[in-house]
Amino acid sequence: MPEKKVVLRNCRVIDPRQIDSYLARDGFQALKKARDEMTPEQVIAEVKASGLRGRGGAGFPCGLKWELARKSQEAEKYIIANADEGEMGTFKDRYILENDPFSLIEALAIAGYAVGAEKGYIYLRAEYHNLLDLLTNAIKQAKQKGRLDFDIELREGAGAYVCGEETALMDSIEGKRGEIRYRPPYPPTKGLWQRPTVINNVETLMNIPPIILNGAGWFSKMGTAESKGTKVFSVSGDVNKPGVYELVMGSSLRELVAALAQAERVRMVQVGGAGGRILPYAMIDTSLAYESVLGAGAVIVLDESRDAIDVVYKSLEFMAEESCGKCAPCREGTEVMMEIIGRFWRGEGEARDLKILPELAEVMRLASLCGLGQTTPTPVIDSLQYFSGDYQNKIGAKGGARV
Amino acid sequence: MSKVQETKQTDLLERLKQAQHRYGYLSEKTIARIAKALDMPIGEAYGVATFYSFLDTKPQGRNIIRVCKSLPCFLKDYQMITDSIEGEIGIKPGETTPDGRFSFQLTNCIGACDKAPAIMINSDVHSDLTPDKIAQILRAYK
Repeated sequence: MPEKKVVLRNCRVIDPRQIDSYLARDGFQALKKARDEMTPEQVIAEVKASGLRGRGGAGFPCGLKWELARKSQEAEKYIIANADEGEMGTFKDRYILENDPFSLIEALAIAGYAVGAEKGYIYLRAEYHNLLDLLTNAIKQAKQKGRLDFDIELREGAGAYVCGEETALMDSIEGKRGEIRYRPPYPPTKGLWQRPTVINNVETLMNIPPIILNGAGWFSKMGTAESKGTKVFSVSGDVNKPGVYELVMGSSLRELVAALAQAERVRMVQVGGAGGRILPYAMIDTSLAYESVLGAGAVIVLDESRDAIDVVYKSLEFMAEESCGKCAPCREGTEVMMEIIGRFWRGEGEARDLKILPELAEVMRLASLCGLGQTTPTPVIDSLQYFSGDYQNKIGAKGGARV
Repeated sequence: MSKVQETKQTDLLERLKQAQHRYGYLSEKTIARIAKALDMPIGEAYGVATFYSFLDTKPQGRNIIRVCKSLPCFLKDYQMITDSIEGEIGIKPGETTPDGRFSFQLTNCIGACDKAPAIMINSDVHSDLTPDKIAQILRAYK
């Protein structure tokens, strides 16, 4: 399946500092259509019918989320654009914001109308501080042109990967430590300040204006049964052309990695970041969709010179440092797992660890409060399955018999 | 929670960020002062101040160098960049130069993986680095 630009339709086409270039490309026409020709319920129905699901990794149906918030009986509601893109190997939202800040603003205003929200927020990671001006300018120009009467506030993070998780993000906006909340209640019922809140990934929102303008039918024709539309991927590692690529859902990993990013002698690909799958070259024809493998679209390619233990060690190091510490399975589990993998990394692995790792992985997967702890074991389990030889090579002299 | 309390609560992180920006770090005194102004236990303010990696409770240099050590930069040999910075400013990650010009830290993914290896100095991202570019880049930060 081919490359197709839906989310990236304006990137490198418009001038991100000049709203006129956006208006010339049907900018704010979707908002106008939604407000003038559709009821909020009709907007939600359109988004539901499109089959659009969350692009931040969890894949929750977007229209359903909006509907739940719309039906919540509270005077004040909020919309949040999650621009806290911290996943290891992900930079697609940075690319989107750098090149087309206007579409995000328009989408937030449409979401606000559909849900009946008081206010919208864009929560931007601190590492993207230099994008604040661009976003501020986009909001200002949209207001000056009379295109935007929806209140949007920019909030900047302060360096915490876990704040990309929706409940931690809301705690961070509330000025607190960005720790995970227990769920239920879910954000559409009790979110920011315990009021109904819709929180969507930047990429998810970017799909809204074209869905409103072109209709749900246009959108749902693209993709697979469970995965409609396109997905934007961030490709890095051992490739000749690293960068951002947008493909129709269901395209193969081979097309992305070999044809577009021009990787050679691929040994493995990590899809989905630090908690993502590690797929061996034998699985290069896997399709990229919610049904198979997707995440937030981080794709890190490793060639034949690479060792799976490096991938697992760097992933665990990341997760152990970024765990918020609220729940024990994640706080303690990431540390213990890191200690064990650290032994292999230093060539001091022990054979008995190979039995302990799957047990620990299962506890973390089942008992952690959020995606961080639940997915930390994923690269460990995959590497044990597909690259067990790499572990065997790292069992130390005192590490017991090779098994 | 009333609207007034909400505003105070949300102000905590904002004020800590402002103080970090102004003083370069958050001293115990600063944290206590902010907590008092917002009618909040000092422990709560301290908890927030120590949660985020862009907030520091120890004095930092005028310029903070953050070298990305996550997998995509690891694959592009970030260690080479770290060594080069160590050679230029004579300190290791976690340290600050005696003249207070630089603090040097390792950090997790900064979202510049397509241009790895990458570092941040203050808010500026420098990418596609090679060791020989380091000296010239550092020269711009006084």
